[in-house]
Amino acid sequence: MRRIGDAPLTRRLLIGLALALSALFLLLPLVAIFAQAFSQGVAVFWSNVSNVFTLHAIGLTLVIALMTIPICLVFGVALAWLVTRFSFPGRRLLQTLIDIPFAVSPVVAGLIYLLLYGRNGWIGSWLDQHDIQLMFAWPGILMVTVFVTCPFVARELIPLMQAQGSREEEAAVTLGASGWTAFWRVTLPNIRWALMYGVILTNARAVGEFGAVSVVSGAIRGQTNTLPLHVDQLYQDYNTVGAFASAALLALIALLTLAAKAGLEWRAARRETRYSSDQLPETVSKSVPKTSSQTPLESMPSGQNRQPLGGERRL
Amino acid sequence: MKNVAFKRPGSTRVLPGFGLSMGISVLFISLVLLLPMTGLFGQLFELSFSQYWAIITDARIVASYTVTLGAAAVAALINAVFGLLLAWVLVRYEFPGKRLLDALMDLPFALPTAVAGITLATLYAGNGWMGRLLEPLGFQVAYTWVGIALAMAFTSIPFVVRTVQPLLEDLPVEIDEAAMSLGAKDGVAFRRVIMPYLWPSLVTGTGLAFVRSLGEFGAIIFIAGNMPYETEITSYMIFVRLQEYDYAGASAIASVVLFISLVLLLLINVWQGRFVRRLHGGKG
Repeated sequence: MRRIGDAPLTRRLLIGLALALSALFLLLPLVAIFAQAFSQGVAVFWSNVSNVFTLHAIGLTLVIALMTIPICLVFGVALAWLVTRFSFPGRRLLQTLIDIPFAVSPVVAGLIYLLLYGRNGWIGSWLDQHDIQLMFAWPGILMVTVFVTCPFVARELIPLMQAQGSREEEAAVTLGASGWTAFWRVTLPNIRWALMYGVILTNARAVGEFGAVSVVSGAIRGQTNTLPLHVDQLYQDYNTVGAFASAALLALIALLTLAAKAGLEWRAARRETRYSSDQLPETVSKSVPKTSSQTPLESMPSGQNRQPLGGERRL
Repeated sequence: MKNVAFKRPGSTRVLPGFGLSMGISVLFISLVLLLPMTGLFGQLFELSFSQYWAIITDARIVASYTVTLGAAAVAALINAVFGLLLAWVLVRYEFPGKRLLDALMDLPFALPTAVAGITLATLYAGNGWMGRLLEPLGFQVAYTWVGIALAMAFTSIPFVVRTVQPLLEDLPVEIDEAAMSLGAKDGVAFRRVIMPYLWPSLVTGTGLAFVRSLGEFGAIIFIAGNMPYETEITSYMIFVRLQEYDYAGASAIASVVLFISLVLLLLINVWQGRFVRRLHGGKG
């Protein structure tokens, strides 16, 4: 049966147009980053990357990301558990509140932290008297990074845990397992891929955050300069090749993120086809809603596969 | 919808961990999300209304609203067309490189904004790959509002694609069959049969892309050139005020940005809610 837009000419025209536009506006910038980074040869690239300030920026960026991930992980799992396993007044409000970071412009995010914890803020002035400096130091960078990345893990987990329901945990608890055992042995195996995806997204954003960090960091070379700020500084200093060398490292992380996303989606799609045969246990197949189809237990819900990175679609 | 299917009365408090997860969530949301907001309001209350009004209606700031809103609107319109095309091609056709194209759609979200910013600025500057082609033809992209719109379009294209794509995937084959068997031409069938189904999600995706463009900073400042009254975006004005240690000015402008994006998000949510209810036949 012929479908709309299946005529060979329409088809070729549209595919050609989509490919040409994507190549021009998405692929070309990606190629340009690496072309610029290596424009003076591998040796210059390497000397730029192994520069002492670049190395420090890489180190600081990685440390910030490594500290951000566990914080977001604990919060994300706790919030997802709370809103998917219990119903209570204010449940929707909590879910709406965690979307705030997606709505707030990064510069505004940095600003509100600076106003509160900076020397003039009501907390900042007290901290200042006790010689504690948060802004223009690494704790400030960590705080705004946590602010901008905290929705990712929760946003990945909530739709999945809601689709799975709490029957398996309830069965475990009824049979005498403690809450922790139920969580570690039942919940965690079910959500581990979504959890991993959430961590990948958190990491990508934590490593690349620019607007919020540039407000609170002070960008002191060798002290509070993260990799994106370092890119900015080198670029402003007309050291284009140096800037693109660091940018290439960040682009590499972005490419790894895309590969990981594609890999997890491919895995989820494979599970879906496996489960869509008669392998679903009877009770489960009964409880899986047929409307939105392809939402078998344990696999990622179909909506999730098609989200933009970080589920920002459901702002 | 599908979530409700699993909710059974009486099953809500069988599981332990309510207190712990509630404690962590509320503590975190209060400390990380809500407490910092008080800093902004504290700063705002130090201003009298006339001072506040004078800051946010300063000619240079008003020019930045115009630039930001105008460029974001153009970017959103471009993305509505381009995003619809990409979603359509990715769902309806099979061709070599399709999976790669699908993965590429998320690049603007994965790529740090500062990296996107310097790359676009370098590409479209007079001596860049694109600038060298375009400038002899009289198109100046870098350091004009066209460049700002381009950077906004780049960072927000995934919103449209990823909002429209799942709907297009779920579109029943029967719709196509009915239209085609009744002899409709492709163009007519698309406009009369598919668009009525698709346009609410297209509006949602375009709206989200627009909101994202309003707040974007890193990708834009490098290509914008930041000339007063001409190519300064509002986020950049906040940044400038901060560098002048004018915290009150920065807060006043930030409150306008915050207000506009929160109102737009609310509108999009209401819109989405209405549209979901309509599709599922519930009562308003």
